[in-house]
Amino acid sequence: MGSWPPEVKGTTSRFKRPLGKYKIIKRANCNNCGLCVKLCPCGVYKFIGKKVMPLREYRCIGFSCEGSEHYCVAQCPEKALMVIKNPTIEALGDYRWTSDLILSTWYQAETGNPPDYMEYKIGNSGGGFDRLRFSFEFENQNFSLKEDVSTTIDLNRRNDGRPQVTISVPWYGGGMSFGSVSLTTMLARAKACMEWNTFTCTGEGGYPEALIPYKDHVITQVATGLFGVREETIKRARIVEFKYAQGAKPGLGGHLLGDKVTPDVARMRESVPGISLFSPFPFHSVYSVEDHKKHVDWIKEINPKALISVKVSTPVDVDMVAIGSYYAGAHIIHLDGSYGGTGAAPDIAKKNIAMPIELAIPKVHRFLLEEGVRDEMVIIASGGIRTAYDIAKAIALGADGVVIGTAELVALECTRCGNCERGRGCPRGIATTDMELSSMVELEWATQRISNLFHSWYLQLIDILRRLGMHSITELVGKTDCLFYIDKWSENG
Amino acid sequence: MPKYHINVKPAPPRFLPPGKYVLIDREEGCLGCKYCVKKLCPYGVYNKREFDSIQLRDTIDYYCRNCLYCVEACPGGTITLMVNPTYLEIGDSYWKPEIITKIWRQAETGMISVSGAGYRGPFAGSGFDDMWTDMSEIVRPTRDGIHGREYISTDIEIGRKLSYLAFDAQGKLASSTPPLIEIPIPMLFSLPGWGKWGKPVLLSMAKAAKTLNTLFIIPLAQFTKELHPYIDNLGIYIDSLEELSALPKDVKIIEIPYNLSQNFQVIKTSHPQTIVMIKIPLSPEAKQRSLTLTKNGAEVFHFSADDHGLEFAEKPRFIKDIIKDIHLSLVDEGTRDEVTVLVSGGIAMAEHVAKTTICGADGVILDQVLMVALECRLCKDCLQGIPCPIDIENIEPDWGAQRLINLMNAWRDQLLEVLGAMGMRDVRRLRGEMGRAIFYKDVLNEAFASIKRK
Ligand code: SF4
Ligand code: SF4
Ligand code: SF4
Ligand code: SF4
Repeated sequence: MGSWPPEVKGTTSRFKRPLGKYKIIKRANCNNCGLCVKLCPCGVYKFIGKKVMPLREYRCIGFSCEGSEHYCVAQCPEKALMVIKNPTIEALGDYRWTSDLILSTWYQAETGNPPDYMEYKIGNSGGGFDRLRFSFEFENQNFSLKEDVSTTIDLNRRNDGRPQVTISVPWYGGGMSFGSVSLTTMLARAKACMEWNTFTCTGEGGYPEALIPYKDHVITQVATGLFGVREETIKRARIVEFKYAQGAKPGLGGHLLGDKVTPDVARMRESVPGISLFSPFPFHSVYSVEDHKKHVDWIKEINPKALISVKVSTPVDVDMVAIGSYYAGAHIIHLDGSYGGTGAAPDIAKKNIAMPIELAIPKVHRFLLEEGVRDEMVIIASGGIRTAYDIAKAIALGADGVVIGTAELVALECTRCGNCERGRGCPRGIATTDMELSSMVELEWATQRISNLFHSWYLQLIDILRRLGMHSITELVGKTDCLFYIDKWSENG
Repeated sequence: MPKYHINVKPAPPRFLPPGKYVLIDREEGCLGCKYCVKKLCPYGVYNKREFDSIQLRDTIDYYCRNCLYCVEACPGGTITLMVNPTYLEIGDSYWKPEIITKIWRQAETGMISVSGAGYRGPFAGSGFDDMWTDMSEIVRPTRDGIHGREYISTDIEIGRKLSYLAFDAQGKLASSTPPLIEIPIPMLFSLPGWGKWGKPVLLSMAKAAKTLNTLFIIPLAQFTKELHPYIDNLGIYIDSLEELSALPKDVKIIEIPYNLSQNFQVIKTSHPQTIVMIKIPLSPEAKQRSLTLTKNGAEVFHFSADDHGLEFAEKPRFIKDIIKDIHLSLVDEGTRDEVTVLVSGGIAMAEHVAKTTICGADGVILDQVLMVALECRLCKDCLQGIPCPIDIENIEPDWGAQRLINLMNAWRDQLLEVLGAMGMRDVRRLRGEMGRAIFYKDVLNEAFASIKRK
């Protein structure tokens, strides 16, 4: 680990005209005097030869600039400029990931800081995290020094003789398998997670050799398909994750459509190229908590140093599932709520099956408290964690930390177009194994974008903790009194 | 029953459906790049593009997958993607454009919609959107059911069931068993209450009902000779007792409105082997009516809500909530198992079938959604004598039937997903299983109990 926190390096978009909230229209009467190039503090204009072009119009802060001395539209001697709302923005984003959230994640991935002219904390889903707020108006806000605030969490609380694993930020990367995303995407995630002393996860598609240099920061997943699971991959890992279920398709196995099963992917998974892969559900060898324990024991036997995480989705009895995992000897219960996920899933499952993570966390937290085992278990939450504020809220609801996925892809300029599984896969080269498409993403660039996003989140978490008068993220766990809920129910919800 | 299988065949739309977005290609400012981004569109959209001179439309929006690559990569910034105002106008507040386009896709392909990148919609909503279904982490039959290796049944029975059998002194069966029909999907067909459609629409529905082996309920006034070959899969709705004598022979189900229900026994006497279904509009009285009728031997109820799934009342409740109430009352009376409960109104997505079932229905009767599958845009122009934008009078019945069959396959597959996730092998076990559902307000109140509200 180098200096802390890892350094930010400005990493701009890979596109010529990145999307922004505003668009600049420059009329033909522009005389290329260059005043706007000089004036704009956001660096929107640039000379291309002798011509002025609004090449970085995505940085334009729009109407909030109006009235300032550097407002280009007013200052242009030829009145050649016009700022309009970018109509494409309406075509970007959705209720959960609004265009503001996507753009602000891009901004953070570029600069390492949160933007101040966009909503970067909440989406527009009308529930859960989007209706929860922190009450910062405590009387004794005790602003500790930034340096004194810790975001570190321990992942082994069982005192079972197995090593302690500590991560420096309360999040790690969720499983995205080779095949569902490109190798470059996997590597970028692993490198960024190593810098930030946290983890990424192989997903269920096997352990590409290129990941071995980062092995101390890679969780090995054992999923129902057992694709590419080998003794050596289990031995290599500090954490082994059992995936019982995943939030995006609770109760259904993984899906990898034939188009994405390239020869490389097939080799890794020991399957046939071009043939769709469905992981079964559930583990065919697990029909009870006793069977579950056998599984956990099996991994513990193969790797006496590994911690065990159990990833489950959020059914009605998620609390019982959590306690079952405790008795089976798991260190981490990883709850994957129903609204997240990156891979292909039937829409009906994503929307309807199992509960959102916001509702599952307090249920499990309280139940483990009542059972007196909360101190020994680590609760990790995932499924729709988009922002630093989501992370903090999940922790205040009772999780110790979170797992993220989509946000990292958005940092790589995913637009959430949802084409990940079609044909050649992702048009932006992120969730694809198509050679041509995946060459659109460069490893260094991708690593830095993810790292920058982490940096911005880190700053925000420190800020939240200071405003709550806390010294450590661990103090926030289950502190629901720091939150309030914006209740605007009408009769019909 | 042998394994049930639905044959899907692509049935492409006759008219290009309005896309969600439109690409605007403002050519001024184009730099004439050697490697124009249009050549690099990952989906080759600009190559396939053509102008459809019949519909006066550029096909670009139909092919574009909205990845925004060209928009962001064009150095001249000449390409814009915008929300299509025509798209926003399809349907209404309940039958939203997303729902309608989804129905179209399923009717075209027969496949369930699958997408990446998580869920995009609101956290929860009203109506069907305030509940989630359960899943089971371990103890359950396998996912293999969904891929056909293990059978999950979607059969339901329609008719009255005896709660016990009586035997005479000789040990012979003394009770007479009422007629019962078993259908392989918990979905029946009917026509929406608004509008009137020509023969091709009726034939499409009858053909699909026959292929799927379900039932299509049609008013007697619209029954014609051409429909006779489909009689085994037809139910006929009559308005008055006089119509009774005009019924075709061998009809499987007679549907009567509530106001004819006092004549139930009369009808049963003349048609002992035909199931009589009583249609009760959902209103505050519906519950009491159904309790009484059940006591008097009713066989099948068809509870109908409006097209938005709402009760006919001043302060309407939503269909699933009323069905829950009726179901539980019948359970309390100990008569729930004797009658079949079918519901209609506002069933627009596969998940609605699962959710009404969880709330206590045995099956659903589809109406408006079938019209949408036939490409109807719900513009209701036909009601005003304006020509139908999709020329519904002239559809090809085989094409129409295939669209309906495709939709039913997609819906059945989704039902299997829900059942599979819960670890159930039979849709009949889903009925009334409210413990296997998560109701938004209940969990929210429980989960956020300790959080201040503002
Ligand atoms: S296909 Fe679209 S949604 Fe999927 S990763 Fe690529 S950009 Fe994101
Ligand atoms: S990339 Fe843009 S500017 Fe270049 S030729 Fe194509 S449309 Fe014109
Ligand atoms: S937005 Fe994407 S799919 Fe649509 S035309 Fe442009 S590059 Fe092609
Ligand atoms: S598309 Fe419009 S005019 Fe045609 S049948 Fe449907 S509602 Fe009537």
